[in-house]
Order: sequence, then C-alpha cells, then structure tokens
Amino acid sequence: MEVYLQGFLIACKGIPTTIWVSLVAIVLGAAVGLLLALCSQSNSKALKLISKLYIDIVRGTPMLVQALIMAYGVPQLIQSMGTDFKWPNLVIPAVIVCGMNSAAYMAEIIRSGIQAVDKGQMEAARSLGMNKRMAMRLIIIPQAIRMILPAFANEFVTLIKETSVLGYVGVVEILRHGQLWNSSSFETFPAYIGVALAYMILTIPLSKLINGYERRRARKEAAA
Amino acid sequence: MIEIKGLHKYFGENQVLKGIDQSVNEGEVLCIIGPSGSGKSTMLRCINRLEEPTDGEIFMDGELITDENLDRIRTKMGMVFQSFNLFPHMSVLDNLTCGPVNVKGESKAEAEEKAKKLLARVGLAEKAGEFPRNLSGGQQQRVAIARALAMDPEVMLFDEPTSALDPEMVGEVLDVMKSLASEGMTMIVVTHEMGFAKEVADKVIFMDGGYIVEQGPPEEVLGNPQMDRTKDFLSKVLI
Repeated sequence: MEVYLQGFLIACKGIPTTIWVSLVAIVLGAAVGLLLALCSQSNSKALKLISKLYIDIVRGTPMLVQALIMAYGVPQLIQSMGTDFKWPNLVIPAVIVCGMNSAAYMAEIIRSGIQAVDKGQMEAARSLGMNKRMAMRLIIIPQAIRMILPAFANEFVTLIKETSVLGYVGVVEILRHGQLWNSSSFETFPAYIGVALAYMILTIPLSKLINGYERRRARKEAAA
Repeated sequence: MIEIKGLHKYFGENQVLKGIDQSVNEGEVLCIIGPSGSGKSTMLRCINRLEEPTDGEIFMDGELITDENLDRIRTKMGMVFQSFNLFPHMSVLDNLTCGPVNVKGESKAEAEEKAKKLLARVGLAEKAGEFPRNLSGGQQQRVAIARALAMDPEVMLFDEPTSALDPEMVGEVLDVMKSLASEGMTMIVVTHEMGFAKEVADKVIFMDGGYIVEQGPPEEVLGNPQMDRTKDFLSKVLI
C-alpha cells in the first residue's frame, strides 16, 4: 500500500507545474479565442479566413505534434536562419502551445455564445446609437460569457488533462514525475495509478463545481 | 421631421416595400396599420436602418441618413420593440443609463437622475434596482420606453409594442404612449390597437402588400375607409 502512496505523492509534485501551465494557457487561450471569435463574426472576408484557417489547422493536428514543433522545431528553424536561439525554459513553448491550442476551441465556444445572444439585443443596442464594437463590448459579450461559463470551465478540465503530453517536450509536470519515478523504481503500476489520482484530484472537484453552477443557473432561470 | 422617399426593400427575391413616400411632421403621431406581412414593420425598421433599404432615401430634420451619420441620427430616434429587448444582465436603472453614458457621454450621476425621473413617469420608480427578468411584460415594455426616452430622442418608433403582452397589460403600456403623445412627442407606431390609433393618431396609414393603400386622419381611414382592401381588413379586426 505504501508504494501506492509514494507513487501518488511523487505525481503530486507535478501538480503546481500542471496547474500553472493550465492557468496561463487558459488565459492566453481565452484572449486569443475571443479575438478569433470576433474575427469570425466580422464583415471582413480576410479576417474570417484567417480565423477559420487557424481553427482548422489547430484542431486538425495533435497537440503533441504542435508542442514538438514549437519546442524543438522552431528553435532549429531560427538557428538555421543564422540567429542563435534557444528557449530559456521549455515551459515557455509548452504554455504557448497549450494556449494557442486552447484558443481554437475557445473561439468556437465563444462564437456559439455570441450567436446564442438574442438578435434583438444587438438591435436594441444599435438603436440607442451604439456602434457595433460598443454593442459587442457592453451588451453582447457580457451575456455571451455568462452563457459559455460552463463550457469554458469544461475546456479548462480538458486542458489540464492535455498538458500531460508536455512531458515529451521537457516539462516536468504530473505525468513526467511519475515516469521518472517509474524508470528508477520499476514500480510501474503504482507510478501510473499515482499519476491518474493526481489528475483526478484536480479535475473531479472542478467538474463538480461546474455541475453545481449549471444546476443553480437552471433553477434561477426556471424561477424567472 | 422625417421624410421617406421612394423606399423599396427586398428580402432576396421577395419585394416587401414597393415604393413608400411619407413624411412625418414634428409633434405628429403616425399610426401604421395593416395585415401581417404588409411591410409595416419593415418600413419602420428602415427608418432607423435596422433594415437596410434596397432603394430610397430617408431624411431626418432635412439630413439624408447615410452610413456615416447613422449612429448619431439613431440617438435622435428612440425605438421600442415588440419583444422589449431589455438588457438582461443590467439592472433597470443601468438599462436606462447605459445609452446616455456610453453614447452621449453624460455623467453617471446626471444620467441616473434623469433615469429615475423617467422611471417615475412610466410608474416604475420603485423598480430601479430590479433586473428585467423580475418584471412583468407590461413593466418591461414601460422600462423599454423609458430607456428609449433616456436618450432624449426627437422621435419615437414603436414596433408593435403591445403585441407580445398579455391582454391585461396592454392598457398600462398604451397609457404611457398616450401621455407621451399628449406631451407632443413625435411618434411612429406600428400597431394592431385600432382603439389607440383612433384616439391618438393624427394620421393613419393602412398598408398592404408593400404599398400604402390608404392614408388620412383616423376618423376617415378607420371610420369611413374608401378602399376595398381597407374595408376588408377593418371588418376583420375589432375596433
């Protein structure tokens, strides 16, 4: 039994890195995702195309491949152009990849949220003399955000699990801690069970929170 | 004050407005009646460009409305919708101050003071802190009227303001509109409330099939219609 506890505790050492990477990535993802969503809603064909290309490319490739390109491919490319470049810390490309990856999914979530806001809201805002940008900022986006909060939190849960691929590009997060311990102790089963438990103590409470929020909101809406 | 010249509107292949010419003078109350699909709401929505006219010109105070001056001109036109369209994430008070503060640059204090007066005027002074979802339909529509008035508009556009209301709430909204009219507000009202049109309108337009079929003072259009289509329509609605 003790060996399982040891496996769990070792995996837990990776929790701060996993949380940190996930948090920065979700903030980056939300910001870039909002930008992409606004591009996809704009009247400009070029902006629409950029947003669509970005989303298609990111969603059509595995995050591990994106991480390998960013962590090892990009420095090599820059070096081949004659500039000395090395990531000062491999967490940096990892966070960028997670954020950029999440942005593609966030963009779709935000876009659906914006479209779910009643058309009359934009009309009412415009009829008060607001331009489109002001109407988006003051009227549409605040309502869209409320609607997408659960989907946003679900994306965060997904992101936490997906950061597990970052062990392959030099980030010592939960999974990597378990792997390292496994290769020195050969306690394979306890090591990976420990890793699984470490992820669960992050994801399950978060999922419960989301469910609670959705239930509360459903009750509130039913009462209104 | 408002002049509409040669207004045409297509939705795809479907021609909804087939050449509308009309003017509304200051202080005048114009009621637009007609069967659904006759183009009356589209005409109203073309005035403040919630629908883009396919062809035709609309002037406000002698100024042609264009893409460039649209946002500024919209601040002079209050709009009230069938489905209220209050901002659900804001309190009633914030619904009223949001336009004046953000669009016209009024100070928060100034806007709030005016908003409270307007809420009192529509009989909802005590609801300032409530959220729209806690109000009845009639109360929401009265707030929507106050929200439009908060911009100090020169003309008010009403798009079937009582059609989404339970029957017992129609009266309270019509009362607010009547008092506005009696204070001299210029109003264009698309409505099915013939009683209101008869009592308040200076001019009534009957529309059908994208045309203005008949127009004139309410006692003529509603009391003694000349055209068969007007007679047919009026015979089917209760006055």
